[in-house]
Amino acid sequence: MRRGMHSHYVLKRLLQIIPTFLAVMLVVFLLVRLLPGDPASAILGDRATADIVERTNRQLGLDQPLPTQFALFVWNLLQGNLGDSISLKVPVLRLIGERLPVTLFLTVYAAALGLLLAVPLAVLAAVRRNTWVDALIRGVFQVGLSLPVFYVALQLLTLLGARLGWFPIGGYGSGTLGHLYHLFLPALTLGLNLAAVLVRTLRSSVIEVITAEYVEFARAKGLRPRLIMTRHVLRNALIPTVTLLGLNIGALIGGAVITETVFAIPGVGRLMVDAIFGRDYPVIQGLTLTFAVIVSLVFLLTDLIHARLDPRTELS
Amino acid sequence: MSAPPALLQVRDLNVRMPTPAGTLHVVRGVTFGVQPGEMLGLVGESGSGKSVTLRALMGLYRRPVTVSGTVEFAGQDLLRASEAQWQATRGAQIGMIFQEPMSALNPVLTVGTQIMENLRTHRGLRGRAAAERAAELLDLTGIPSPRARLNDYPHQFSGGMRQRAMIAIALASEPRLLLADEPTTALDVTIQDQILRLLLRLREELNMSVILVTHDLGVIAQTCDRVAVMYGGRLMETAPVGALFREPRHAYSLGLLRSLPGSGARRAPLQPIPGGPPNLLALPPGCAFSPRCAYASGACLGAEPPLVPVAPDRASACVHAAALPSLTGEVSA
Repeated sequence: MRRGMHSHYVLKRLLQIIPTFLAVMLVVFLLVRLLPGDPASAILGDRATADIVERTNRQLGLDQPLPTQFALFVWNLLQGNLGDSISLKVPVLRLIGERLPVTLFLTVYAAALGLLLAVPLAVLAAVRRNTWVDALIRGVFQVGLSLPVFYVALQLLTLLGARLGWFPIGGYGSGTLGHLYHLFLPALTLGLNLAAVLVRTLRSSVIEVITAEYVEFARAKGLRPRLIMTRHVLRNALIPTVTLLGLNIGALIGGAVITETVFAIPGVGRLMVDAIFGRDYPVIQGLTLTFAVIVSLVFLLTDLIHARLDPRTELS
Repeated sequence: MSAPPALLQVRDLNVRMPTPAGTLHVVRGVTFGVQPGEMLGLVGESGSGKSVTLRALMGLYRRPVTVSGTVEFAGQDLLRASEAQWQATRGAQIGMIFQEPMSALNPVLTVGTQIMENLRTHRGLRGRAAAERAAELLDLTGIPSPRARLNDYPHQFSGGMRQRAMIAIALASEPRLLLADEPTTALDVTIQDQILRLLLRLREELNMSVILVTHDLGVIAQTCDRVAVMYGGRLMETAPVGALFREPRHAYSLGLLRSLPGSGARRAPLQPIPGGPPNLLALPPGCAFSPRCAYASGACLGAEPPLVPVAPDRASACVHAAALPSLTGEVSA
């Protein structure tokens, strides 16, 4: 019965994505057209005559009234067509299909590094709370939190990449190991930023759980300290962290846009930056919609994981 | 008190807790013993140090809290035991249950998991054998259709059922001594009665000793063999239950009994003890109870009166032990 309720819930949530999706479509469609400049002048440069610009705009369908353009955009989308890139002349869907796996790899890698840093350090800070260890961990991450992503990226790039030569300074590499090696610095950049957010929450929830009566009961049961820490403390303390991680996926993708540019990684982040500079409307629209879908799906996944971790949650 | 060898013998137990305002001496030189199969009630107002005493016996305190004295359990001094010896004792030979099962049970683990982790740690049972035994334990504590309830989470149990489940968890290792910290305080009266009967039955069936901490003398009267009265971190009086209720030998015990509502024909006006629990940072010289005591005299104010034998199997820390009225006489008068 529980399982049946879950699939019902998932279906409902998926249907709820549709209005969100429509709103994002409209906002993005209008926003890109509010940007100063237009695709034709971006393609043709400053010295193109008004005549040529107008002809190009007609070719791109940009001379039509906005409602018509929007209707066409939606109509194409319903047929699974995001249009063609103006500057690259290939279908947007194919572009995204090629680049998205790179960004997803980077995001998951960054989230993994972030958790790998945050969980042990938060536990250490919580267990040694109000000592110099705690102060050091919190201090370092407080500083990390206030540094912009691009700055951290450049510092890591200069130090570990250029000066020490431990890691490549850009590119994607080939094969899983190659990806892991090439994306280490960018993933670390994003992971550090994420860890800074997670450590604070996780530390306070570990402290809260450690002093909970059920942990005292677990100790009174004579369980081994390791089992108490993993099963009783972390299992509970991670619940708010999972939610926070899910909420930060949007920020992580936003960070990926900057990081991919600094590290010259061929992901959708860089594609987005290029598309914005080139006023490549279909690519911007396609990517924004993709991000919206990813974030919505991650939120749904977060809620499902939360329900799985905390049996008291009621999905409705 | 040269009785048969005690299962647990506590001598001069002291617990000190540093706080910003100064070190709190929460348990001050507590000495008592528990015989095999005996049910000892530890009674006192909140803040008297009774729960702290239980937790100290269990070795639940860590620095900066300090515990000193000796806690001899089955011939071994637990306060000087190695971590390995503790591992073989805590939760294994000494089980403990708490006041509020809703907060003492882990909300994200099934009741079955919480019993089975005990069985695995202390009995080496796992898999199907552990599940079988866990169901048996739930059955033993009177939970209907125990097999199905193993997969339930604590929030799916009612208050009384949760307390039964917590008892089942503590019993998983078949302890020789059960420490019960106000196990019925959070429950309504009918459920309270059921849980107390359950504890009595389990004590018989499993031949356990029990230390029952409570602030409720009614609970003590209903269940315990002996009682130890605590006040301001010290033992004021120890006595067999019947003797204490008939003839309290400490002015504080007398005060507690007089503030208890009687029933039926024994109805007499309640006499509350004036004042409130003592401030452990500013204890009066001499007997800690003297500022609230109707019998207080100059003799109470010098040094703190020690707990001394006043009759066979009875001890009191009251200067006026011999002068106190017997309660039966007072009620019939």
